[in-house]
Order: sequence, then C-alpha cells, then structure tokens
Amino acid sequence: MRLIFEKGIRGRFGIKIPRSDVPAKEMPERYKRAKWPSLPEISELDVVRHFTRLSQLNFSIDTNFYPLGSCTMKYNPKFTEQIERFSGFSSLHPLFSCVSEGTVQGALEVIYETERLLCEITGMDEFTTQPLAGAHGELTGLLLVAAFHKYERNKKKYVIVPDSSHGTNPASVSTCGYETVVIPTDKHGCMDLKIYKERLNEDTAAVMLTCPNTLGIFNPDIKEVCDLAHSVGAFMYYDGANLNAIMGRCRPGDIGFDIVHLNPHKTFSTPHGGGGPGAGPVGVKGEISNFLPIPRIIKIEDVFTLEHDRPNSIGYISPFFGNFSVILKTYAYIMFLGKEGLISVSEHAVLNANYLRARLKDYYDLPYDKICMHECVFSASRQAKNGIRALDIAKYLIDKGFHPPTIYFPTIVKEALMIEPTETESKETLDDFISAMIEIAKLAEENPETLKDAPLTTPVKRLDEVKAAREPKLRWEG
Amino acid sequence: MSYVPHTKEEVEEMLKVIGVSSIEELFKDIGPALRPKSFNLPEGKSEFEVKEHLERLSLKNNTSVINFVGGGFYDHYIPSVVDALASRSEFYTSYTPYQPECSQGILQAMYEYQTAICTLTDMDVSNASLYDGGTALCEAVMMSLRITERNKIIIDGGINPIYKNMLFSYTTNLPIDLIKISPHIGQTKRDEIYRHLDEKTAAVILQNPNFFGTIDDHSDIVERAHSLGALVIESVYPISLGLIKTPGSMDVDIVTGEGQSLGIPLSFGGPYLGFLACKREFLRKMPGRIVGETVDKEGKRGFVLTLQTREQHIRRQKATSNICTNSALCALRAVIFLSILGKNGLTELSKLNYEKSEFTKDLLKNTPGVKVINSPTFNEFTVFLKRNANEVVNNMIDKGIAAGLPLGRFYKGMENYLLIAVTEKRKKEEILRFSEVLNDAINL
Repeated sequence: MRLIFEKGIRGRFGIKIPRSDVPAKEMPERYKRAKWPSLPEISELDVVRHFTRLSQLNFSIDTNFYPLGSCTMKYNPKFTEQIERFSGFSSLHPLFSCVSEGTVQGALEVIYETERLLCEITGMDEFTTQPLAGAHGELTGLLLVAAFHKYERNKKKYVIVPDSSHGTNPASVSTCGYETVVIPTDKHGCMDLKIYKERLNEDTAAVMLTCPNTLGIFNPDIKEVCDLAHSVGAFMYYDGANLNAIMGRCRPGDIGFDIVHLNPHKTFSTPHGGGGPGAGPVGVKGEISNFLPIPRIIKIEDVFTLEHDRPNSIGYISPFFGNFSVILKTYAYIMFLGKEGLISVSEHAVLNANYLRARLKDYYDLPYDKICMHECVFSASRQAKNGIRALDIAKYLIDKGFHPPTIYFPTIVKEALMIEPTETESKETLDDFISAMIEIAKLAEENPETLKDAPLTTPVKRLDEVKAAREPKLRWEG
Repeated sequence: MSYVPHTKEEVEEMLKVIGVSSIEELFKDIGPALRPKSFNLPEGKSEFEVKEHLERLSLKNNTSVINFVGGGFYDHYIPSVVDALASRSEFYTSYTPYQPECSQGILQAMYEYQTAICTLTDMDVSNASLYDGGTALCEAVMMSLRITERNKIIIDGGINPIYKNMLFSYTTNLPIDLIKISPHIGQTKRDEIYRHLDEKTAAVILQNPNFFGTIDDHSDIVERAHSLGALVIESVYPISLGLIKTPGSMDVDIVTGEGQSLGIPLSFGGPYLGFLACKREFLRKMPGRIVGETVDKEGKRGFVLTLQTREQHIRRQKATSNICTNSALCALRAVIFLSILGKNGLTELSKLNYEKSEFTKDLLKNTPGVKVINSPTFNEFTVFLKRNANEVVNNMIDKGIAAGLPLGRFYKGMENYLLIAVTEKRKKEEILRFSEVLNDAINL
C-alpha cells in the first residue's frame, strides 16, 4: 500500500482552519522556518480511507485470537472507551491542579480510589499512579529502593534477577545505576534456590521477580526467597506483568514483597494501542511510602488535595499523575468486575492455559511439565529436528487466522512458544487454535516444506529483517 | 459476568482434560501460607452503574472555563477524523508489532509517523514514540552520555521546570553532573551557558519556545557546543514548528518534545506522546522502537521493527533504554492529525496561534497593572502583575476563566508572574473578556 506521503497533490487541503478574527501579523523573519514541512496534501476522505485500510492490515484482539505470552491480550471492554471521552475527563488540563484544586476534584477522586483498590488487590500500603508503563514502574520501584538505601546509608550494589525475567528488569536495573546479578532457573522452572543463596549478600539492594514467572510457574518457595532477601536488607520487587494469574489467590504484599508494579494494560484490560500507551502504577509497603513520587493525593474530610512537601520523595517521575485515562479505565474495569469478577478472571485465565497445555503436550515438548498458571511455554525443539522452527510455526498460525504466541522468549527455553490464552477466550476458540497447532505438528513431520512458505494470506510475505537492519531506511524521502 | 464465556459444563469438561477435579487444584502451588490475608473489594456493578458513577465524577471537574493555561500542554482543537480513525479497534486492540506480516497496518502508520516527525523537526531519523515529552528528554540525556562518553549536562533556564525535576529524579543515582542555569524569561543567556560549556560537556539542553514562551535562534549556541565536542538537545513544541525555525536547521543533534498538541486530548496528564529524533549518525544509540522499510521474499515493500539489538528484550542490561510499551496509539493520532492538517493546514494553524497570542499581548500591554515581558514569543507569553498571580487566577476561575499558570508555583520570587497561552480555540470575544476580567481582578 502506498504511503500517505505518496498520495495527494500540491495545493490540496484536508481541513478548514478557522478564519482569523484578529489582525494579521508577521513573525520576524529571523525566527521563521525557512522551508515548509513536507507533510501530505490530501483530502479528508483520502486520509480516512488510508488509515481505515491500514487498520485492516492488522491483527488485533477484536479480530483474532491473540495469545501473545506475557502480554495478556484479553478483551478490552468498550464502555471504558466511552468513559475516557467524557469531556470532564478528556478536556481537563493537568495544570488546573496547580491553578485551582477545586476544578479537578473528580479526577483526583478517581486516582485516589484506584490507588485504594490496587492496594487491596495486591496487599500493599500505598500506590502511586505516576509511572507511565511497566518498565517505567520498574525504574520507579528501583529508584525507591535506591532512595531508601541512600537514606539508611546502606551500601548496595546489585539487583538480583532470574534468567527467565523480562528484558525490562535488567535494563531498568542499569538505568537506575545498579548492576544486575542473574540467577539461573532450576529443573522445576523456578529460580535456583541454591545459587540464589550463594549470590545473595549484604550488597544486594533488591531481588526482582515475576510470580508466576515467565514460564507460567508459581514458585512454591517464594516465601523463603523473600525471607532470605530481607535477612540481608534487600527489598523484594514484584514485577506485576503476570498478576492476571493470581487475583484473589495470592497477594504479593502478604507473601513478603515490598514493592510491586502493575500493568493495567494487561491485568485490567486497558487496550495495548498497537504498542502503547499502558501504565505502570507502583505499590509499596511500610516505610518506602515516604519516598513515593510527588505530588501525593490526600483526602482531608471530603476534599482531595495535593501534597508536594515530602522531603524524602524521589521527586517527579512523570509530569503529572501518570497516564490518567488508563488509570480511569482501570478503575472502571475493577468497579465493573468487583471482587467475584476479578477472582473469576484469574481462575479462567489459569484454566484456559492449562487446557491448552494438556491438549498440546503430546505434540510439542513441554520443558517444565507441570500445572501452569496463566501461560505455558512449549518448545518447538521436536519440530526443529525436521527443520521447522518456532518462527515457522508462528507464520503458519497467521495463515490460520491466529496471532502467534510470543516466540524465542523466555530465552532459556530453546525454540520457545509462550502461549497466554487469557480468560476471555471461549473453549471453541481454544479448540480451533489447538487444531491448528496439531495440524502444524503433523505437517512438521510429514510435509515440513509447506510451513516454510507461510504466511501466504497476508498483505506481504516473510520480510527481510536482516536487510532492514543492515540498510536502515527509517523514513520516506520522496 | 466478567467477560468470561465459559459455561459450567465447559469448565467441567476442561478440568477433565487437564486431569484435575477443580479449579482450586490448579492453584495448589500457592500453599495455605501464601493465601491472601484479605481481598475486600466491592461487589461488581453493571456497565450502566459504572458509567453513571464516573459521569458524576467527571462533572466534578471544571472544564467549562475559557482556558489560557498552557505550560507545555495545550488546548488545541482535535479534528473529528483523529478520534474516528484512532478508534479503529484493529489499531487499538493490537500490540507491539512483533509479527510484521499481520501488523503491517500499525507498522506502516509508525513509519509514516517517523517521517512526519522528521519533516516537522528537519531531523534525519525518529523513533516510533516514547511515553511523554519529559521522559523523552531524560532518554535524550542518557543518549548524549553514551554518545560523548562525557558526563556533564547543562540545563538552560528556559527548560520546563517539570521536565527539569524529572531529569533530577531520573539521574540521581548516575555519575552525572547536572548544571542548572537560573530561570530566565527572555532568550537564552549565552554567557551563562558558555561559562559552563567545556570539553567535559556531553550536552546542552535548550527549549524552543522556552517554558516562558520565548522563541530563539539557537544556531550560535549549537555551533559553540559542537566546537567543544558537546551535543545540543532541544525540546520543542510541534505546533510552533509550522512557523518557527526548526531544530534541524539550527544543526541541533537530538530533538525531543511533547506531542500532546498533535491531536491528543489533555486528559488530565496522559497518555501523551514523547517524540525523539536525531541525526543519522546517532541512530544506533537511540532508545525505543524503530520501524524500518524492507522487502518481502517477493520483493514487495513492507515494514518491520528494526535495529532491535539496541533494545531490552535482546540486549537486557546493556540495552539503550528499558522502554518496552511506548505510546504508539498517541503516535498514530499524531500522524493522522498531521496528515489531515497537511503542509498548508499546519502552517495556517501555527500562524493563527501566533496572531491570537500577539493580539492578546497587545491588549494586555494597555491594561493597567499588567506588564508584558518583552521578548519574541509564539503562542504563550509571560506577564508581571501588580498582584499575586495565584490570587488573581483563583478570582478569575469563579468568573469562568482559567487565566494562565501562576509561576510562583514553580519559581520562588515569581509569585506575581503569570504564563498565558492563547491557542487557535480562543475567540476574539473571549480574549476581550479575558482582558476585562483580568483588569477587574488586578485592580480590585
């Protein structure tokens, strides 16, 4: 399809700008732009057709099963989209909070109440909605860790992460100025306790874990892991990417985690937006709350007010209160589902993942063969013997109308296929997906070449990613 | 109902396939000692009830005032097309396009977005978005440290104080020397910058228009910085770029900014759009997703995420940034907005903002008790009031006008200063009323 820059014609207008009702005035030449930007000159209808057609080239939750492991691609309710558009929210300028707190009481209430709900769901004492995405939450959490240790004059150098962790974990550790210590995974799919004990010491600032981890496995020894960390003055950090597995069954705060971040775009079903925006609210226990970003929203009688004067705070981590609309949708989602609904979410997410696991384990290797939580990780190593890699399986699934699972992650599993079905998918959908996966397993045995050609039904065939990286062409040049 | 489609019979059947007798059995790894101490949440409500509740809360916010508040976030008109197209759920219910063949829609849109940002700023390359203007600036600083292998950063006095604060929070544990130039309403004080600029300097951070609304031609500063091997990072306001000199034409190295003004609602602070563009030579030091053009095996043009070896999912602790989820949907809004405006529309819009603001400025120059600070501006400017700006603004809110941002909130000693933004949405009669009410409020 042609680029929007390749459409249109000189002098064509897409929009009517209001006629000026004030005197004309020229900006002094020396501050003026010399050459106009080469933006498209195209009609409104052509803009509409262009982006509508582009949208049709995309797989999405609303059109396809999307079991992208670790991303929790569940149904995104429509009513929350409408709430986001209430003009009392959508046209509210964030700096009105500096101008007059009386003008923003409804918005502050939404944030305050969401913070309370997230505390109860996770067992934490305080929450901040400031972080703008999961990785930003990680950074915020680690800045809290660092601020605490600095305040207590603890000399700390390292943050421990398991080798199955999300890449954002070690990357956030570096961004915060700590060094990463990596612990391998044991044969049960959990962080190796023995090696953990060896590497954990007084220099450890924190231990970052997802629980269940990226293999979909809940570590039954998690309490011991937490106790050991605390015994050397290290904090336990909970990466909430996988919270969808455990709501109502376990709360990070109760089992010894000190800091958590959540991903509302996963657990609380705010849309992923083609890559974002998400949000990364962070919850803390006990004294760490003194270090939370400012401003804090406090409630005095029935009035919400902003507290800026917190001497130990790590300061400002985002301009205002985080991705407010995402928090708003989170609030609406939790209110809609309520206690029973959230429990049901996790129960059925885990049921669906285990159903897939049970139905597919005769056809694909299952490196950690046990009951899983919200996702399960297969390996295509059996198929690889016939030259069929995880990538080929992914591409054939596209032809079958399914978005592929996450592949090649976690990196500790060879030819990984990480499948997270989520609770909103019906048994029929899972059965269709299972049939496709079985068909692929058979083709890999009998006729592997057919898989190599996939996908055939998409607007483009397999793309040359090496060329893209070697000769980067990152914009239209005319 | 929790969007869970399972019938009781299906659950039974699935449990049987799994080989367990109950859902509870699936949670057996979570032992009794790990169970919640409480899970005391309200009961679920219907869609209607939740909507009604939130509508009530939305009405507790006051958005009916005539708005002259800016401060880096602006009340611009959003063409209906933007909402209509960005609401296509094929876009908004998809995720990062890891599988390019079934994600050509968002990939091509991001490629177009990158092109639009490049042409707007006159830069070589752009990434596919960061969270917001503040985090984009922080990322640009980290990038400059990696490029120059130096650790001194000079922050001009015209940088948005919110971003300045964020920069301090972000870098507090890193071996980095942040030099703050004192706030200055007018154009950048060259001598102040040059006093600190040396061969240890990684980057000078400038903003145009600056926080106080002043526009500048920074070419001389860029030249001086380059002669010492330092980079220049400039934070810009995209709507102004329809009219004012581009960072690219001033030879700036890294450009960042807040893209909210490009068709993204104010929404009490987010989600917004951070953009980051730079010279081609720094491409491999960039943070975030980047979309590149390539061909499929039949030679047909297509788009993929590229240069991923910079990123956290591959490079882990050695990545150029920890960012994963970005602001793709807001970037989509921005490219739709810029497409519908087009070359002519953006320039006209930009001009209209300038003219309305100049008109307001002229009007206030004749208002007793108001001193308009003399400096060239785009659509926002600073005034000195003979009374406390906070009191004046609060008084005017009750009369239906959000008069601007009182600067005492950010700077000690500037309690009588007010920052006033005038976008294309402000009609002449609103501006006239604004000056009258301001006059009354000052000269009570």
